[in-house]
Amino acid sequence: MNELLLMKSELVVTAIIFILLFIKINDITSNETVLKIINALLVLNVGAGFCCMDVTGELFSGMFKTNVLIAFEKNMLNIGTLLISLLSYEWLKNHRHLPEFFVLLLSSLLGMFFMISSGNFLIFYLGLELSTIPIAALCNFDLEKKQSSEAAMKMIMSSAFSSGILLFGISMMYGTTGTLSFAELPQYLDGSPLQVFSFILLFTGFAFKLSVVPFHLWTADVYEGSPVAVTSFLSVISKGSIIFIFLTTLYNAFAPMAEVWYNLIFLLSVLTMVIGNLFALRQQNMKRFLAFSSIAQVGFILIGISGGGQNGISSSVYFVLIYIFSNLGAFGAVQLISSFSGKETIDSYKGLYQTNPLLSWVLTISLFSLAGIPPTAGFFGKFFLLSSGAEKGNYILITIAALNMIVSLYYYLRVVRAIFMDKNEQPIASIKGSIYEKAGLLICVIGIIAVGLYSHFYEYIYSLSIF
Amino acid sequence: MNLSLLILIPLVAAIIVLLSRNAQQVKWISLLASVAQLGLSLFLLSAFMGERANGNVSQMLFEQRYSWFAPLNIEYYIGVDGISISMILLTAFVVLAGVLVSWNVEKMTKEFYFLLLLLSLGAYGFFISLDLFTLFFFLEIAVIPKYLLIGIWGSGNKEYSANKLALMLMGGSALVLVGLFAIYFMSGIHSFDMVKLSQVHIAIEVQKIFFPMLFVGFGVFTAIFPFHTWVPDGHSSAPTAGSMFLAGISMKLGGYGCMRVATYLMPEAAKEYAPIIVILAAIAILYGAFATMMQKDLKYINAYSSVSHCGFVLLGIGMLTKTSIEGAVMQMVSHGLMTALFFAVIGMIYERTHTRKVEELGGLLKIMPFVCSVLFIVGLCSLGLPGFSGFVAEMTVFMGSWQNPEMFYRVATIAACMSIVVTAVYILRAVGKTAMGPITNQHFLELKDAAWNERLAAIILVLGIVAIGIAPFWLSDLVSPGAELIMSRIPTVIIN
Repeated sequence: MNELLLMKSELVVTAIIFILLFIKINDITSNETVLKIINALLVLNVGAGFCCMDVTGELFSGMFKTNVLIAFEKNMLNIGTLLISLLSYEWLKNHRHLPEFFVLLLSSLLGMFFMISSGNFLIFYLGLELSTIPIAALCNFDLEKKQSSEAAMKMIMSSAFSSGILLFGISMMYGTTGTLSFAELPQYLDGSPLQVFSFILLFTGFAFKLSVVPFHLWTADVYEGSPVAVTSFLSVISKGSIIFIFLTTLYNAFAPMAEVWYNLIFLLSVLTMVIGNLFALRQQNMKRFLAFSSIAQVGFILIGISGGGQNGISSSVYFVLIYIFSNLGAFGAVQLISSFSGKETIDSYKGLYQTNPLLSWVLTISLFSLAGIPPTAGFFGKFFLLSSGAEKGNYILITIAALNMIVSLYYYLRVVRAIFMDKNEQPIASIKGSIYEKAGLLICVIGIIAVGLYSHFYEYIYSLSIF
Repeated sequence: MNLSLLILIPLVAAIIVLLSRNAQQVKWISLLASVAQLGLSLFLLSAFMGERANGNVSQMLFEQRYSWFAPLNIEYYIGVDGISISMILLTAFVVLAGVLVSWNVEKMTKEFYFLLLLLSLGAYGFFISLDLFTLFFFLEIAVIPKYLLIGIWGSGNKEYSANKLALMLMGGSALVLVGLFAIYFMSGIHSFDMVKLSQVHIAIEVQKIFFPMLFVGFGVFTAIFPFHTWVPDGHSSAPTAGSMFLAGISMKLGGYGCMRVATYLMPEAAKEYAPIIVILAAIAILYGAFATMMQKDLKYINAYSSVSHCGFVLLGIGMLTKTSIEGAVMQMVSHGLMTALFFAVIGMIYERTHTRKVEELGGLLKIMPFVCSVLFIVGLCSLGLPGFSGFVAEMTVFMGSWQNPEMFYRVATIAACMSIVVTAVYILRAVGKTAMGPITNQHFLELKDAAWNERLAAIILVLGIVAIGIAPFWLSDLVSPGAELIMSRIPTVIIN
């Protein structure tokens, strides 16, 4: 029984996938009923995640392991998936292949669960592939749009390429150490050039998935072409899961090589923040804009990852939690506007406040949270990330980061300015979202406010963040 | 006395304002909240004086502390001393006047008052915080409302000004942020608690690197010389209440931070960098004054003169004598009241004549006796006429500066003193041209004098100015223990 509980998140998601397949095969009801069922199942899934969270243990001789932190991370991803499903209601309602969408989405989620829980490079690679390949299919889900197919093509090419590099790194690592297990690896690491080289290959694979500069070039096109639901899944859930496993590998398997990866991350963090911000400055399309801003956000998370210790881990995980709410809030608003009016450019948002005051506030709060303005949670998240950098004594890095926050504020304010200040003869008409979208946005806003101000969240994550 | 009320009242009022649908209701709730805040601040003042009279000599009074982010030792820790109380009083006066002056805002009334309340919330929170994290939190809360206030309700090149202001102030707070981390980690006690931090010594090498960051970071808010450029643009584009808040409260956040955080926690570096601060302050004073001479727009005149007047705050801090620091605080209060009043009057004139150009105005005294009388009062206060707060404050700064016996500081003091003459020139010219002389535009004859809300706002602020001008001792008594405390940390005190 206990063994089953260890894998409960994976089992629940698998069960949901089977239910969806059953619905598809029998083709019983209309889309709206299916969506109701799916949302109910996803709520159950979130609920199930929170029971028996404190089960800790290993399976398959250390290949699969779980603890409270990992369970909590899975819950975060579950919540994110539920939010995406709620926020995409309008788009999904009329989609021809609704069950397939969720089968693919949940398969990807399942892959992430295995990846986060992995204790061995083999199962890690398996999970990674399971999480990436369905996303490539999902990118193509705007069936009428050429851009969508292009995005899918780019996604599958770039992820295949990065997986190749990653796999190359793993195989060389196996060649030099003779083990694939995270737990055994540290004792065989002696910092020989071949090991460093293979580590860098591995690192590059991660960097690709995280769209860290200079491996970010696929991001903007894929984000722009994909349906918003998939874009938000890619930029929030997928990135979040990679960050979790990145933390685990760095602090468990590669702990002895700390000085190698510390310098690497330092460099990439600065590059990512600066380049992400500079590119975001000039974007017109909201999806592209959020894509580049999310690249810059990853730069910030890298500060936490390089910070190390309990502080660094907890601030990174905490930031991902905040990032889920803030970015999904922003994507949710963009999605709603896009599916009602078809408009996605910043210029078309001019005068939005006149017609859609509430939606404008939601988008504004989300953007402020991304920019790190109090009292939103983003402020706390960034503060803790920078504090973990400062703990390490890396004041150059945090000064650069703090200055980058000004640049990022500039482009977030561009959107705010369009919404509140600029005049428009024909603003986007008043949007009446369904109850699902309203609920989704409400959860995002509550999350943005509460996760920051209510310090219990951070203290809880901090107490879990021990490797 | 529960200090948290000072934050709770604006918070609750802001939430009610946001939920209400009726513009009239919104105004009355805001007015009620700001009156309550003023009452509370006055009560705080009397309670504080009572405690002190009873011999309570602890550094901070009415302290409250709750653990907030326990792993990082962050606390919600508040308390006040004389300096903070004078700042709170200033905030209460300016907020009440600002709410009254904006009684006629018709565009998005609800949002306007919501942002005003949010801004005041940030200011109150900032002044009562004793934990550096809380302090920084409230400092940043006060930035974005300004951006929206200027951008939505402003005039002229408002988007540009709003952006410039928000980005420069955020730049300032980014520097502050790095400085705060340095204090937190380098002090060795891993705490943001200002009182505890004031008892430890931070290594001089650390101070030398991070003091400039903190000082310049806060300095941006108070228009330290090369970073003053947001002031003219921001003030001139902002709506009346926005300008009042900006000049009256927001610029004081910086001065308070320079004094309370930078100088108090890093005293050795403050001493080390004092000459540079003094030079920058003297430049700001003189440059601001001369730049004002060239302005033709009333708001620009007041904005540049604010740069000059805030230079006195920095001068007082840089001189590092007890009297000069006292003077700096008094100058903050005095300038806050005065400049808020000035902007209020300019707003009243602009609302009626639809121009702020000095050359297009003239002879308004006959048409609007009340508005112009207030304009005279505030002008005379600004040029430092005895009997008003400006004289008292500037005098104290000069006296304190002169106490610093080194030649260099004396020269700087004399240079700064010369600005008074320039001030007199531009103030008299602007006020004289506006109020007296022939009526330049026949259309002015139909204008009405101030309405009840404007009269009330003006009277409140004039009361504050006169109260300090006639009886300065209560303010200096209030401030001097705090100034003494800051001075006690400065190595080898120069003179009493």
